[in-house]
Amino acid sequence: MTTNNPLSMLFGRSPFGPLQEHIDKTYAATELLQPFMVAVLANDWVEAKAVRKRISKLEQEADDLKREIRLGLPNSLFMPVSRSDLLELVAQQDKIANKAKDIAGLMLGRKMQIPESMAEPMLGFINSGILAVEQAQRTINEIDKLLGSGFGRQVTELLSKMIKTLDKLEQDTDELEIQVRAQLFRLEKEWPPVDVIFLYKAIDWVGDLADRAQRVGGRLQIMMAR
Amino acid sequence: MSIILEHGNSFLLLACLFGFFMAWGIGANDVANAMGTSVGSKAITIKQAIIIAIIFEFAGAWLAGGEVTSTIRRGIVDTSSFVDRPELLVYGMLASLLAAGIWLLIASYKGWPVSTTHSIVGAIVGFAAVGISFDAVQWKGVAGIAMSWVTSPLMAGVMGFLLFKSLQKLIFEADDPFAAAKKYVPVYTFFVGFIVAAVTFTKGFKHLGLNINSSEAMLYSVIAGLVLAALGVYMKKSIQRDANNGQLQIQNVEKVFALLMVFTACAMAFAHGSNDVANAIGPVAAIIGVIQAGGEVLDKVNTPSWVLLIGGGGIVVGLVMYGHRVIATVGTNITELTPSRGFAATLATATTVVVASGIGMPISTTHTLVGAVLGVGLARGLAAINMRVVGSIFASWLVTLPAGAILSVIIFFILKASFG
Repeated sequence: MTTNNPLSMLFGRSPFGPLQEHIDKTYAATELLQPFMVAVLANDWVEAKAVRKRISKLEQEADDLKREIRLGLPNSLFMPVSRSDLLELVAQQDKIANKAKDIAGLMLGRKMQIPESMAEPMLGFINSGILAVEQAQRTINEIDKLLGSGFGRQVTELLSKMIKTLDKLEQDTDELEIQVRAQLFRLEKEWPPVDVIFLYKAIDWVGDLADRAQRVGGRLQIMMAR
Repeated sequence: MSIILEHGNSFLLLACLFGFFMAWGIGANDVANAMGTSVGSKAITIKQAIIIAIIFEFAGAWLAGGEVTSTIRRGIVDTSSFVDRPELLVYGMLASLLAAGIWLLIASYKGWPVSTTHSIVGAIVGFAAVGISFDAVQWKGVAGIAMSWVTSPLMAGVMGFLLFKSLQKLIFEADDPFAAAKKYVPVYTFFVGFIVAAVTFTKGFKHLGLNINSSEAMLYSVIAGLVLAALGVYMKKSIQRDANNGQLQIQNVEKVFALLMVFTACAMAFAHGSNDVANAIGPVAAIIGVIQAGGEVLDKVNTPSWVLLIGGGGIVVGLVMYGHRVIATVGTNITELTPSRGFAATLATATTVVVASGIGMPISTTHTLVGAVLGVGLARGLAAINMRVVGSIFASWLVTLPAGAILSVIIFFILKASFG
């Protein structure tokens, strides 16, 4: 009856819902790297291919959400946070999903062989990266509450705490990366050089996952600290 | 003069009919905006909203609607131009009522955000300027009214901003937000009671034959505020903290605001009744004034209170018939408003509108509410506000005035031709 009521029209569609959905998809894609890695280590390329397909599908869905958020942010939308900060945040989130897809693609494409002695550390390393992304997801999902209180002092403290945890997880991942690299360095002469180069690259990218998760936290902090 | 005597009763009947029709339209449509925020933030159910609306709209119209009614009656047209031909005033007011009613009907059908106030003012200005003479309009008064349309959303916006900021400072930033929220409940309920009572006591009881001087009014208002504060103290006891509700306790705090929203919902209904009902009833009062004086256009006649009853009754009927559905629509669409923001926005609106009613300014409740919501948004309280709507509201002002005017001019000449 009054679908065009000025009051109900006044409330634009909040971009924060899709933002949370986006990080959820991103995390879901990243999380799949764990079963993917297990399949790679077991040399089960059929399973690895199936998992990669799921990762790729989730990444695509995240892309769609990103587009939706961008299109749903006209200049006439008045928000408590700056528009460009929000778009930057989505871009950072999206890069996590992209990286997860790239890692899976690289490993599957080269049917990457990983030295047996490195299997355990490699799994731990990937899990650590996933944990960092999970923490980023948790932080983004707090946005609802942040808005609920209109960004009070308490919220800033809570956010700082969560971001500190995120930084810590990124550091942990960094440390594991150094260990894994050192281990590979000791083994590298016994393995075909090209394989080693690409394994280094994969390790690099897993480290990037945590890095980007941390950057999401950083972006969030910039966004809230206006 | 003979026309008035001859057709007096039919004019009276028509006036009551049209006035009732306008009030009915307000009840069916406009009240939803006043109550929708409370329902949307889940502070009250639709049924409760309708009961609150019926009681307080009626009370507002009856107790505090007198000033706006007399502005509509005598603040826009210069009654001295009608001394020779009082029937023209009757035609004009009838035409204005009908024009505003028709325009509102068209607008709600098309979904335009128009305001009752704007259409009736436009209609009255139209018939007076074109139908009588350009000088029959009190342009100074009209300019004042037009100014109040700009200042009222501004004032509500500033108040909404300050209120929400105060909530942030006092409650959300406290170490224990829930305890802080409970602590300040009586303060805010006092404020609600005081403002409403202040306007009612200083302005409302005059036409009921009670004369209260300003210091007495102040005293009574403080008492009314204290009564509401005590009520707040009593009611907040029933709100219990939910265990493991997260560190920020947002849900617990919002429960407290849901209680406060009940108070502001009453204030909103009262404010709306005092201002918007008066719009519909002002022309009726003017017509009745002429007829009762036997054709004389008197400068000062008190608005008979039974006229305000017509307005209140029309609103109630409209509400009962359609309000239910409209409140549901508006209410469910405004889910973005949590009780704390809804509280800040409605309290700012109710205060602004009640004050405007007190000084006799016919303003639009909806537009004032929009201003208040923007204020809350500026205080970083809302996820997203569509600024385009603000533009469309502004455009609706520009369209409504001439539309109401043209319609009323046409009806005016038809009436004039048919009654002679």
